[in-house]
Amino acid sequence: MLSIKNLHARIEENGQEILKGLDLDVPAGQVHAIMGPNGSGKSTLSYVLAGKEDYEVTDGSVTLDGEDLLELGADERAAKGVFLAFQYPLEIPGVGTMTFLKATLNAQRRARGEGELSTPDFMKLVKKNADELEISMEMLKRSLNVGFSGGEKKRNEILQMALLQPKLAILDETDSGLDIDALKVVSEGVNRLRSPDRSFVVITHYQRLLNYIKPDVVHVMSKGRIVRSGGPELALELEANGYAEYVEAA
Amino acid sequence: MNSIVRPIKTAAETALVEQFTAAKASLPGDKSVRETAFGAVVEGLPHRRVEEWKYTDLRALMKDAKPLAAAPGKAEIEAAKASAPFASVRKPDALLVNGALVELGAMPKGVEAVSLAKAYADNHPLLAKFGEAGAPGDNAAIALNTAFVSDGLLLTVEAGAKIDEPLHLAFVQQGAGHAAYARVLILVEEGASLTVIESHTGKGAHQTNSYVELLAADKTDVTLFKLQNEDLATQHLATLAMKLGAEANLTTANVSRGSALARQQIFVKFEGDNTKASLNGISLSGGNRHLDTTLFVDHASFNCESREQFKQVLDGESRSVFQGKILVRQNAQKTDGRMMMRALMLSEGCEADLKPELEIYADDVQCAHGATCAAIEEDYLFYLMARGIPKKDAEAILIEAFIDDVLETVEDEALRGEIHAVTHDWLQARD
Ligand SMILES: Nc1ncnc2c1ncn2[C@@H]1O[C@H](COP(=O)(O)OP(=O)(O)OP(=O)(O)O)[C@@H](O)[C@H]1O
Ligand SMILES: [Mg+2]
Repeated sequence: MLSIKNLHARIEENGQEILKGLDLDVPAGQVHAIMGPNGSGKSTLSYVLAGKEDYEVTDGSVTLDGEDLLELGADERAAKGVFLAFQYPLEIPGVGTMTFLKATLNAQRRARGEGELSTPDFMKLVKKNADELEISMEMLKRSLNVGFSGGEKKRNEILQMALLQPKLAILDETDSGLDIDALKVVSEGVNRLRSPDRSFVVITHYQRLLNYIKPDVVHVMSKGRIVRSGGPELALELEANGYAEYVEAA
Repeated sequence: MNSIVRPIKTAAETALVEQFTAAKASLPGDKSVRETAFGAVVEGLPHRRVEEWKYTDLRALMKDAKPLAAAPGKAEIEAAKASAPFASVRKPDALLVNGALVELGAMPKGVEAVSLAKAYADNHPLLAKFGEAGAPGDNAAIALNTAFVSDGLLLTVEAGAKIDEPLHLAFVQQGAGHAAYARVLILVEEGASLTVIESHTGKGAHQTNSYVELLAADKTDVTLFKLQNEDLATQHLATLAMKLGAEANLTTANVSRGSALARQQIFVKFEGDNTKASLNGISLSGGNRHLDTTLFVDHASFNCESREQFKQVLDGESRSVFQGKILVRQNAQKTDGRMMMRALMLSEGCEADLKPELEIYADDVQCAHGATCAAIEEDYLFYLMARGIPKKDAEAILIEAFIDDVLETVEDEALRGEIHAVTHDWLQARD
């Protein structure tokens, strides 16, 4: 599914290198967790994968099912099935949430040569998924994320993921800001989407999330590289010992 | 050596003088009024060293003066009828083709409409009201209108009349290239309410000049909506001058989408206490076009409120000007005036000139103004694109979001839908 080899990326604006030879393979159907200290480059990795233009890839490759992702614009990557749940979902005044959801869904359908959804079908689909995530339709009438609480924004990200049914979902700290009940609801939302042809990269600081979303592999990222990989038990070890060892080693 | 260079008249200035000299004998009404008005431009058009025209140098921008429009023929009238906008909202109640009022529908009860041509012929008493809204007669756009205008409309809404259906005044241009002048006086008597839709459309490289005056008495409620969607080759000079009585309510929305050069002048005078006005505008420029909105709000009474909200979207090499001034006179205590102007710049080559001004002589007032110029927020764009929306569509969504709150001031849903269609059309036509 996702294959990253020797990825180097720097910030376009100041030339600072953030990703320094990162390797990562996520086979189809698997969930990989990435943990690591603040500033190690986790969000940067997620942005580079999603195609944000603030970063410049200077070396290495990223492929999704063998196709070069780095050649594609952000919208084209999304149409190929890449989805990023943002660490900080943006508030966009004046853009109605429903209008936005419909635009995203239909844009992807068009890009894949599928027909647009009719408004009633679209409404039904949103309602079903919103109910499952305990999101009120009232909230969706507002501007995108404007005035949403931190937790509501995160749920809204998962709602978008559920509607778009991506091939590769990258969740950047989706658990932060969620209360205990919301964490369960959101995790269940993610688990419902688990399937043999869908992969997840879950970035988190807390082992707790991984009790709900069971990872196949846990990676430690430090200073722009994956410095260790292991099974779910690695998360417990990190929880107990922290990152000191990796920060020194990297 | 003589260091004082007397400016040589431009082609347009020379042509205007010739036109006026040739036409004045046959123009209707009081000749001296026309002579006086023309006096303001006889020496030349305003240029960049004249403060109000600093950003819109009419002398440099107006390359020629088109001949005065002839009376429209049958074919032109039919074509104009077929092309008038807002058909789904309101068919034209008054149709002006090339400046001539060619059709006047039955007015609702409480409204009286007289063609200006007829009013001149009958020496109608309402003619004396021209200029009463207080806009400066020596302003070049106004002066030219006063000098050349021969048709238009006089509307009176009688006291207490509540006119539910909007009245649509459609100004349509047909033909290749002429100068068309039109003038409208709207007199709203005490306690009456009215909504007017003013549309300006058509084909051809014309020079249009419209002057709309509103005299709204006490306790009136008036909404004026204007769409300027003229041919992209036109020059459009327009003035909206309004005088408001006490405890009145006014809402205006101006959408400026067409023309190579357009200047919309808006003058408001608060003549009575406790009155509220909401003035809104959107301008959509592109190519090499130049759109100007010039606003003057005169708070001359106690406890009045004004809200000015203007948004400009610029693309290509276009230039967009917004200059707005709020004057609060000494007796206008408890004035509450807030003016906001924002420009969204979509290209490297565009230029926005924003000039907000407050001039306050009263001490117990609340006034504020703000101006912003910005490009599309890259992070917003990325968020939308990361969800699969192509760049052009993502930009369109963000541009519509930018003007959304101004559009919201248009209460009539069908009308709002029509304006959406206009902005949508502009978004599609962007290159
Ligand atoms: N656009 C940018 N401009 C300047 N610095 C940036 C930019 N993007 C990332 N950085 C810097 O790159 C480093 C990595 O940031 P990143 O957000 O990827 O870390 P992270 O691992 O996600 O951290 P956290 O756990 O706190 O979310 C940080 O030092 C950050 O300040
Ligand atoms: Mg991060």
